[in-house]
Amino acid sequence: MIETANLSKHFGFIRAVDGIDLNMREGEVLALLGPNGAGKTTTVRILAAILKPTTGWARIAGLDTVREARQVRRIVGLLTEVPGLYTRMRALEYLDFFGQLHGLTSRQRAARSEQLLRRFDLWEARQQRLGEYSKGMRQKLALVRAMLHNPLVLFLDEPTSAMDPHSARQVRQAIIELRRERRTIILCTHNLSEAEALADRIAIIRRGRIAALGSVPELKRRLLGDTLLELRVGTSLDGLLPLLQDLVQVQECGVDWVRYTTSTPEMVNPQLVQRLSERGVPVITLSEVPRSLEEVYLRIVGEAPSDEDVHEPISSFESTPVLSQQ
Amino acid sequence: MSQLALLRAPLFSPSNREIPLRERLRLALVITRRELRDSLRDWRIMTPIVILTLLFPFLMDFTAGMARDFVLRYGGQNALIAERLNPFLLMIVGFFPVTFSLVLALETFVGEKERGSLEPLLSMPISDSELYLGKMLAALVLPLAASYLAISVYLTGMVFSSGWLPNSLMLLQMLLLNSMKASVMVSAAVIASSQTSSVRAANLLASFIIIPMALLVQGESILLFWGQYDVLWWIIAALCVADLILVRMGIRIFNREEILAREMDELNLGRVLRDFAGYFLRPPEQALQRGVHPSPNLWRMLRHDIPYLLCAHWQPLGMVLLTLTGAIALGISLAAQWPLPEGAIRLDALPQDTFERVPQLGFLPCFSITGVFFNNLRALVLAGVLGIFSFGVMPLVLLMAPLALVGFFAAQVAALGYSPLVFVATFILPHGFVELPAAIIATGFALRVGAALVSPPSGLDVGQGFLLVLADFLKVFLLLVLPLLFLAAVLEVEVTPQVVLAVYGMRP
Repeated sequence: MIETANLSKHFGFIRAVDGIDLNMREGEVLALLGPNGAGKTTTVRILAAILKPTTGWARIAGLDTVREARQVRRIVGLLTEVPGLYTRMRALEYLDFFGQLHGLTSRQRAARSEQLLRRFDLWEARQQRLGEYSKGMRQKLALVRAMLHNPLVLFLDEPTSAMDPHSARQVRQAIIELRRERRTIILCTHNLSEAEALADRIAIIRRGRIAALGSVPELKRRLLGDTLLELRVGTSLDGLLPLLQDLVQVQECGVDWVRYTTSTPEMVNPQLVQRLSERGVPVITLSEVPRSLEEVYLRIVGEAPSDEDVHEPISSFESTPVLSQQ
Repeated sequence: MSQLALLRAPLFSPSNREIPLRERLRLALVITRRELRDSLRDWRIMTPIVILTLLFPFLMDFTAGMARDFVLRYGGQNALIAERLNPFLLMIVGFFPVTFSLVLALETFVGEKERGSLEPLLSMPISDSELYLGKMLAALVLPLAASYLAISVYLTGMVFSSGWLPNSLMLLQMLLLNSMKASVMVSAAVIASSQTSSVRAANLLASFIIIPMALLVQGESILLFWGQYDVLWWIIAALCVADLILVRMGIRIFNREEILAREMDELNLGRVLRDFAGYFLRPPEQALQRGVHPSPNLWRMLRHDIPYLLCAHWQPLGMVLLTLTGAIALGISLAAQWPLPEGAIRLDALPQDTFERVPQLGFLPCFSITGVFFNNLRALVLAGVLGIFSFGVMPLVLLMAPLALVGFFAAQVAALGYSPLVFVATFILPHGFVELPAAIIATGFALRVGAALVSPPSGLDVGQGFLLVLADFLKVFLLLVLPLLFLAAVLEVEVTPQVVLAVYGMRP
């Protein structure tokens, strides 16, 4: 649904986007993560056919974002970083305006506006001037605007920022439903738990390049190593460690617990449990030690200065993605 | 059929060019309507417009009455002044509300950018020209409606107070003048709005629009008091041309990327010079590649850059050639209209000191190599400078004049029984075969410099585009035109007189 090849965008001497290759299938949700100034917004603007790439190309549903920009804009919905509402308008007027630009009939505009406003609890506030809306309401209305024409592809820049927990949950639910409807979504966010919960794949952008791309488990395995497992037993592990060490790599251990890594848990874990059982050691729990996406993110972007401070990409840094794309 | 296919079906067929004009106009009007509604809801816009529309004309009626009474009481037979005051006030009453178009237009893009509402608009399936047209109309409609209303109110008051009404032609002139002025201000202001990063910066640029407009209004006032109403038609025509150029320029240089990406309006002279040097020193085909190191290789410039640039500029050079052909034809036709009296030109026995007496004609300080060289140089530099301010038109006009003269005299010579070919071959060609190409090349590149302001080279904004074509102009001027001009001056002083005197000179 979304394809890019060597996508680059230079503003003068600044390389905002620097050779991004991306391939997304229909119905996939991709979270675009990265520090401020990394190139997320520029990438989205190119994909939404607002900016033209300096080199490379992008296609949305087979349409070239430069040559067929108008058609691309018809099938994408963009939630911008700032809601950018016309504050003297009312919600229905506002949606009617954008509906007209999308070429929807008046009946379609009215029906779709009502449906979406009700879905996001804004129907009651439809007669209020948008200037009177709270931050969260504005953000929700901007999302409604992006969804108004039922786009195939959605670019959502910080969709839940400034929202109260209830509204944020509504938006997350909407994203899940959109994915179920086979919409393709790119989600730019700094909220890592949200990205982990919603996205099929994560792309971490750093200095205009994709520094890491893959599903959350893949990224964790590649960047943080093999799955870390914790085994708790009912007796002391004294003398039993050599028994385990030929199967797994022991990382830490206590009196009645051990943490180990293995690249093939599906094969190793049953053997390990069997060995312990044969020795009469009762296994209380065997579970994966949770590792957050934040660790992955910080591993990639956390140790270098902010991208806002460094515009020129460092050629030696992650010239290829950590994971090849699917 | 999948949902994707269903959704794609109606969307994929029309390309931008295939979208009917009616649909494109509809989209522009959607934007116009929204902006108008927004303006009508803003009391900060509406209050002054209402005052200028409904109260100001009454004040003007009152002022006209007072002035008329004063002139009639103390001016004696100078009642003409009172009579001329009415059209002047009519113009002023219509112009004041029109000035509001400037306020609206200046913030049209940059204001939306500041409020963050521009990006959602730019992501809509509308073209740049539709967006631009919609915004322009929105800035134009309200002030123009207010202007027409103010004129109506003023005239109604005048009918009741003095019974004066302009004739229909004058009324049409006033309406057209105000409409064209509004249109020019809006197109210029929309350009300012789309090329700046803040409303403040756009407002500061407004003086470049206000000053010429103020001068224009003063000029119109003089014309109205002198009763030169016919000249107003020329002003209307000039405004119309200026408007077309500005609209074309606005649409051409409107750039979504620039609008979204520009954060600072700082004039960085160091960077300007660096960019200019890069464009000048790199090979033309790599001028935009900042990675290529600029190298001052004179040999490469002469062997590669100059021929490359001449080939790349075949369009402006062709246009200059075409215009010059037209100028010669014009000279010939003028010669037919105004034939010189018999004996006005005597070529059969030119005195040997003919060329020594050239300075007496007054257009050359002295007939020497430096005199001729600097005279031609001054003319071409002037053409280049004027080209910037006239969008490339003036260099053409300046070069047309001497060529029209050549055509004129060649035709006169023919009419007097001499061979025009021999005339041209002796008086023009000995140095002209070098001077003319130099002038044509310089004019062609000057034309491109001026045109770059209206239509910058693809992928560049106005500033960078201007720097690039200026660098090309300078490179060609320094390395090709200047040597040719010098050679032409040598030939003109040393060879042409010999040839002329050999053919037409008095035999000793």
